[in-house]
Amino acid sequence: MFFLISKRVALGLITLFIVSLITFIGVEVLPGDACTVYLEREAYGDALAACYKRLGLDIPSYERYLIWATNTLQFDFGFSLSGQMPINEVLGPRIKNSMVLAITAILIGIPFALVLGIITALWRDKMPDIIISSLAIFSMTIPEFISSTLLILIVAIWLGWLPGIVIVPSDVTVMELLSNIILPVIAISMIMTAHMLRMVRSSVIQVMASDYVQMSILKGVPYWRMVFKHVLPNALLPAINVVALTIAWLLGGVVVTEVVFNYPGLGRLVIESISNRDLPVVQALALILASIYVGINLIADLLTLALNPRLKTLQTRK
Amino acid sequence: MKGQVSINNDMKKNPSKFFEVIKTMVSKPSGLIGLSIVCFHILLAIFSPLITPHDFKAINPSLMLLPPSSEYWFGTDHLGRDVFTRTILGGRVAILVTFFGSLIALTWGGLLGIFCGLVGGKIDDIVMRIVDAFLAIPWILAMLLIVSILGTSITVLIPALGLFYGKGIVRVARAATHDVIAKDFIVSARARGHSNFSIIWNEILPNVRDAILVEGAMRWSWMLLGFSSLSFLGFGVSPPTPDWGLMISNARGLMSFAHWAVLAPITCLSSLIIGINLSADAFAKALGIDRTTKAPV
Amino acid sequence: MNDIIQQIRNLSIGFKSKQGKEISILRKIDLNIKKGETVGIVGESGSGKSTLALAMMGFVKQGLFTIDGECKFENLNLLKMNNKDLEKIRGRKIAMIPQNAGQSLTPNLKIGYQIEEALKLHTKLDTNQRQKKISELLNKVRLPSPETIALRYPHELSGGQQQRVAIAMALAGNPNLLLLDEPTTGLDVTTQAHVLEVLKDIANDTGTSMVYVSHDLGAIAQVSDRVVVMYAGEIVLEGPVRKILKDPIHPYANGLLKSIPKLSLKGLPSSMPGSQPQSDKLGTGCSFYERCNISTEKCKKNSPGLEYLNEIDVNVRCFNFNDLRDFDETTELKNNEFSEKKNTKEVLKLNNLSISYAKQNFVDQFLGRIKDSNPTVKDINIEISKGETLSLVGESGSGKSTILKSIAGLLKIKDGKIFFNEKDFLSDDLKARSSDNLRAIQLIFQNPDESLNPSHTVEEILSQPLKLYFNLQGDKLKKNISDLLQKVRLGDFYMQRYPRQLSGGEKQRVAVARAFAANPDIILCDEVTSALDVSVQAAVLDLLKKLKRDFNTTYIFVSHDLAVVKAISDRVAVLYQGRLCEIGLSESVYKFPSHPYTEVLLGAVLEPDPDIKPRLIAEDIVEERPPEKGCTFQGRCPRIIGDKCKNETPPWQIGLNGHAIRCHIEINELDRLQKKEFLNGQQE
Repeated sequence: MFFLISKRVALGLITLFIVSLITFIGVEVLPGDACTVYLEREAYGDALAACYKRLGLDIPSYERYLIWATNTLQFDFGFSLSGQMPINEVLGPRIKNSMVLAITAILIGIPFALVLGIITALWRDKMPDIIISSLAIFSMTIPEFISSTLLILIVAIWLGWLPGIVIVPSDVTVMELLSNIILPVIAISMIMTAHMLRMVRSSVIQVMASDYVQMSILKGVPYWRMVFKHVLPNALLPAINVVALTIAWLLGGVVVTEVVFNYPGLGRLVIESISNRDLPVVQALALILASIYVGINLIADLLTLALNPRLKTLQTRK
Repeated sequence: MKGQVSINNDMKKNPSKFFEVIKTMVSKPSGLIGLSIVCFHILLAIFSPLITPHDFKAINPSLMLLPPSSEYWFGTDHLGRDVFTRTILGGRVAILVTFFGSLIALTWGGLLGIFCGLVGGKIDDIVMRIVDAFLAIPWILAMLLIVSILGTSITVLIPALGLFYGKGIVRVARAATHDVIAKDFIVSARARGHSNFSIIWNEILPNVRDAILVEGAMRWSWMLLGFSSLSFLGFGVSPPTPDWGLMISNARGLMSFAHWAVLAPITCLSSLIIGINLSADAFAKALGIDRTTKAPV
Repeated sequence: MNDIIQQIRNLSIGFKSKQGKEISILRKIDLNIKKGETVGIVGESGSGKSTLALAMMGFVKQGLFTIDGECKFENLNLLKMNNKDLEKIRGRKIAMIPQNAGQSLTPNLKIGYQIEEALKLHTKLDTNQRQKKISELLNKVRLPSPETIALRYPHELSGGQQQRVAIAMALAGNPNLLLLDEPTTGLDVTTQAHVLEVLKDIANDTGTSMVYVSHDLGAIAQVSDRVVVMYAGEIVLEGPVRKILKDPIHPYANGLLKSIPKLSLKGLPSSMPGSQPQSDKLGTGCSFYERCNISTEKCKKNSPGLEYLNEIDVNVRCFNFNDLRDFDETTELKNNEFSEKKNTKEVLKLNNLSISYAKQNFVDQFLGRIKDSNPTVKDINIEISKGETLSLVGESGSGKSTILKSIAGLLKIKDGKIFFNEKDFLSDDLKARSSDNLRAIQLIFQNPDESLNPSHTVEEILSQPLKLYFNLQGDKLKKNISDLLQKVRLGDFYMQRYPRQLSGGEKQRVAVARAFAANPDIILCDEVTSALDVSVQAAVLDLLKKLKRDFNTTYIFVSHDLAVVKAISDRVAVLYQGRLCEIGLSESVYKFPSHPYTEVLLGAVLEPDPDIKPRLIAEDIVEERPPEKGCTFQGRCPRIIGDKCKNETPPWQIGLNGHAIRCHIEINELDRLQKKEFLNGQQE
């Protein structure tokens, strides 16, 4: 058991290492470097030299990589050219904001997804399923910017119920944020819930068709007991992975939604830093978001391991 | 004649597989709708330049933001341009880029996936780990970075999109290959001494081709979604070329009083994506591939 | 009439095809189950027997519906009851024991929990009483240490153990009726026999009625009081077990019984032509018309009803059953060709063959050597003559498939060599083998669904070996394919078919044709009839025998079915845990003296004759690894003589006609003991 866990963790760390390499090399191979890209037409003379000094670009790549890597392990992500401050200070409030958005969306989305997923599976092809599934497919296939835009159009503009765009600066308290983020949360949850719901649905349907569920019916097990004791534990196990993936997406992939709602989170920072051609920030963001993705997948993996009876017993009974 | 081996009753020749598949796809309402939408948009994209009532780049500040009329069927946008013209032209670049991007994704994803599935063992592990690492980096970030530095020409967009969207296909191709390799007919071919190439070409490929094609179709719709997101953010098509994503981005600030400028492109883009999704689903069913257990959409 | 617990009247169940046509899987079934009796329902796949079993619980699978009729239990029509009421009956009054217990036990719940669930639902016992009852039930099905088993998850048990748990779970509610759907399919021969013993004891002790559904007539013969034979969704014959199995008066049942290889008979059984019609292709006449040799014009147009013959208490669905000649197997036997003189030239020699599946560490992998002191297969020495059929027989884990695969070049050999045609050394690396060697040795696999490429037509499948070995093209290629198809009795119109359009038997014929396309010297047959229906098996065996005669091919035949092996082999080798126990002429191996393992195997065979009972000599323990030293069979041998068997490898003893047995007991002593015990057993 312990061996399995440490093996997974080690593999996760290796993946992170490869990610850091890719990020670093990816930025290196692009034409120009952080300074020339940022300074553009003013990339010459003293300004350029000063920039190089500041970012430490005057040393060979592999040394730079090592320094950068060791720094990031200590949570020092470098220096932002456009903000003229350490990247950590830039990241701080943004991470907080994204977390608020993410956690709220998760707390709403996951329970909804589970319940709706189970409902659509148990009432398969009947009215509840048709309605909910169509809505879900709709949410998933429409681009985020469209669904967010439509949401603003309908709820904020035509109905005037909620404010459309978030007009608060990034360093605002959590409480103040919450009252402003209802629409973005809805926009994100819709998509998230739709994905998870479909996965739960297909998993439950698959389990319902299995031999052991048929056997429990023939054994005389009442319907709801069968659902809760025989079906759900087996159906929800594979759903853990999808939930993990969706959460990881939440934290980094909501770039478009944050732009539409003007939300001061990590996603909008991605756009800003790229528009500002602030490569150090872009690099740091890539690493952070990738690490979150890898980390969450690892947790999902370990959770599955712990809960799957087949894998549990493989090690303990010898 | 009695006593003989039972005679199979449907002795007609097996019809061409391609038409069989299309027939099955349109026999169900969802497949019919999906395929119709996709065909409509492709025809529109091809023939729209011939039917534009106005010039898409004609900027005319005095005609700004007019509601739909008999002259301007969908009204005008914030620069006085005809929304109808721009809408029917708006899909051309998107469809072109994403179609060829999908082909690239299919090719490299399929090849790598089959390779991994065949080779197995340590190499398979290592390659998949690298692919996983690539997957970990948010694609938007990477795409935006590449485009911001290398530019937004088609020659950058198509390969870049193809690169990033191929990852999903690698998984599917690899899984399909794993499935096939375990089967006895592969063992039989090996035992007879067929060359590796012959086995891959004759025995394995025909059986994984279907799964890969279905996944490719789905990838097309995701890629379209992604491409329009890029355009929306200003990193896709450059003006004055009309594009739905860009139009939506431009018009959304004016939604409260000029919703026609934003609804037209939204409808077109959404319908195309849904159309591709429905078609891909019907395609999968027609080929007998069960996607309920593998993909949520 | 009040000792009838289940009454099925005029039951028809079916589905609606895509075109809206109503297609029946069960047609007008009339059946009564009495208290305390065991009814065996026999049929091949597609006969509708499983649907009938499920209907007896009021369960109709998704997509099927009741067209007509009723299924009454204690005067309630189960098919019209709602789920709530059915829950009260299922598990309590009627219980089901499913086919694949491993798949039918919920994977995330412990065994004890699942049995307790049944007790909670169907009995009024309190917690303590339930715990005691669980142990009691597990003991009843002869599972050792019930306390440990109760704490296990289903996947931790072996197939036989899982099946017994399913039985225990079914008994928890003290049902009046037990339904069993192929409960022993997929289990080893010895395990099967043991599980059947348990079932018989339960029937005797508790007076529970049982309905036993199976295609295995041997199993049916052992447990049933009455037998029902189904064909194409109908009951065609029904009556007391002895009457039905020893003198079947319906032409299908007659043909079916004749087509089963039996230990008590010599040679190949005769086969019925054709196959069971599919449910959507039934016409107005008798469903067996196409394959029947006593049919008349009347049978073509009219469907016979079920006629009750009072004197013998039998129901039969046939117009002409009186024309059926007496069921006399000896006159129907095919020519026994054992006595044919064969070439004694040696075609294959396995010399000290050892194969290992153990994972090799990095260094050994790099150096290409295999280190394993206790390999999966060890010390195999067999010489095979040209034109003979040698069978490898054993249960799962015996290594028989492993040996076959290494002959084919698909597995690495740890030690030893394989010689082809006396001089040629066969490498274990396919790439190192010459093209001619590759052509000379061909494989036929067990599962015809998986051994044919689904995206190739039959023509493409058969052209593969012809192109590869003989470079045939164009017209010559087509003519060759046509000839091959003819040899396996398939017409030219099969060339454009895809495998999914063929039946199991037809697919296997194509696989046979493909093997013969290479004009091979040796054909390796890996359980080639095990996945086929009973009546189709006989036809394929017949085909193999005919082709052997025409081509003078050598067969190496692997099977777990001893009766099939006896019917087709010249020589037989018995394997246990990867080691040879016994090898000799077929007639020697099936008679005494036998290796103790062979004795156990033969004793466990279920003959389709209720009067021939299996002898359970050894426990059905599943062994994971062969012992490090001594005789391989020491763990289960009923004749173990002590430490000698545990420490010393037994010597080979040679008897008559080259019959070799590997045992510490002196061969004549073995002979004497075995004959004595057999006679004693007969007298009991």
